[in-house]
Amino acid sequence: MTETGKMDPKELIARRCAAEVKPHTLVNLGIGIPTLVSDHLDEGMGVFFQAENGVVGMGRRPPEGMSDRHLTDAGGSFVSAVPGASTIDSAFSFGLIRGGHLDLTVLGGLQVDGRGFLANWMIPGVYVPGMGGAMDLVTGAKRVIVAMIHAAKDGTPKIVPECTLPLTAERRVDLIVTEMAVIRPEQDGLHLIETAPGVTVGEVRAATGAALIVTGDVPAMDLTRTC
Amino acid sequence: MYQALTVEEAVALIPDGASVMLSGFMGVGTPDRMVAALAAAGKTGLTVIVNDAARPDRGVGPLVKARCLRKFIGSHIGLNPDVQEQMRAGELEVELVPQGTLVERIRAAGVGLGGVLTPTGLGTKVAEGKRVIEVEGKPYLLEPPLAADFALIAARSCDYVGNLTYMLTATNFNPIMALAGRVVIAEPEEIVPVGMIPPDAVKTPGALVDHVIRRVA
Repeated sequence: MTETGKMDPKELIARRCAAEVKPHTLVNLGIGIPTLVSDHLDEGMGVFFQAENGVVGMGRRPPEGMSDRHLTDAGGSFVSAVPGASTIDSAFSFGLIRGGHLDLTVLGGLQVDGRGFLANWMIPGVYVPGMGGAMDLVTGAKRVIVAMIHAAKDGTPKIVPECTLPLTAERRVDLIVTEMAVIRPEQDGLHLIETAPGVTVGEVRAATGAALIVTGDVPAMDLTRTC
Repeated sequence: MYQALTVEEAVALIPDGASVMLSGFMGVGTPDRMVAALAAAGKTGLTVIVNDAARPDRGVGPLVKARCLRKFIGSHIGLNPDVQEQMRAGELEVELVPQGTLVERIRAAGVGLGGVLTPTGLGTKVAEGKRVIEVEGKPYLLEPPLAADFALIAARSCDYVGNLTYMLTATNFNPIMALAGRVVIAEPEEIVPVGMIPPDAVKTPGALVDHVIRRVA
């Protein structure tokens, strides 16, 4: 996979996240990098994508001129629906999310800390987008993956000992996927379990503010794999 | 049978300072004609309960731009710079509520419950000043019910007795808010004779609807 060394970072993250999606599951993808995950999944896998605004079985953007203004994703963009799709109201939609019916959510992040806690909804005094559905998703989904660029644009680590930004939930996320590494938060801290092709453990450590636990050789991400 | 109101007649019922639930998600499923008429009428001091601030030209956006709001209660304001600006200037009070909590607070008010116990928000800023109640060994935040003077509803179809249907993701908060407004005004895309909407397809029974807006001629 030498060519993956030049792969667009967001594409690489999306592709690695896609390998975490199991067949016949209910999945919610956040806005931004997480949205790209579905591009790397086989439509025959039987995965149903849920969006907070009330669709189970969201499909790709329809051809130009074929969109319906009553059918959008949680970012307000036009989507289609796959065969077998259903639509629900917001209370039902969040019932699915909070009630433990959602197998996986992939979300963006501003910070993740050594406890595996995520902050992704506001930077006090700078930008306050609001939490939207993120707090419910992180609280209620069976599995939470954070998909984000490893460090901030100015190089400041986003993976830190303890979040300085307001938390999204007091729940340890299950996996962090960046363009440099795959990290699994556990009770004893953050385990570095894979590095991106061409990236060394030392480089990941240098770009990470929190301590990383390394056990033996750390394998490179396999970007050809799907579940 | 209803006497359908013009959109101007409907917004004339809403006084300055009223609390108003506005359905929609990023402007999808929002009663846009009522929003435009409220802005044109120059309403002031409104408290609006809406999922998100959408964009300046969508959803609640025109009401923000026309400075009709005193308070915004919703889950997301990230894509509307007008809200960010008025909030920073201290002109608009913003209460951010997790989306699943927002809809359940509205539902609680609409169905006569004294609040919601939810794990969402525990250990975060959202929990500040709120009671934590333990049920069967698990902690939950107590979130109060949320009602409003008016609920403005965007429907796909409405029949002569006010039965409403919604379409696809334009459903979102509509059927929930229709339970929680003291006065419910529906803005349907089409009005059809009684019997055209099969009973199983009715999502909001006409008994909940106080006023219906005339369709566009």
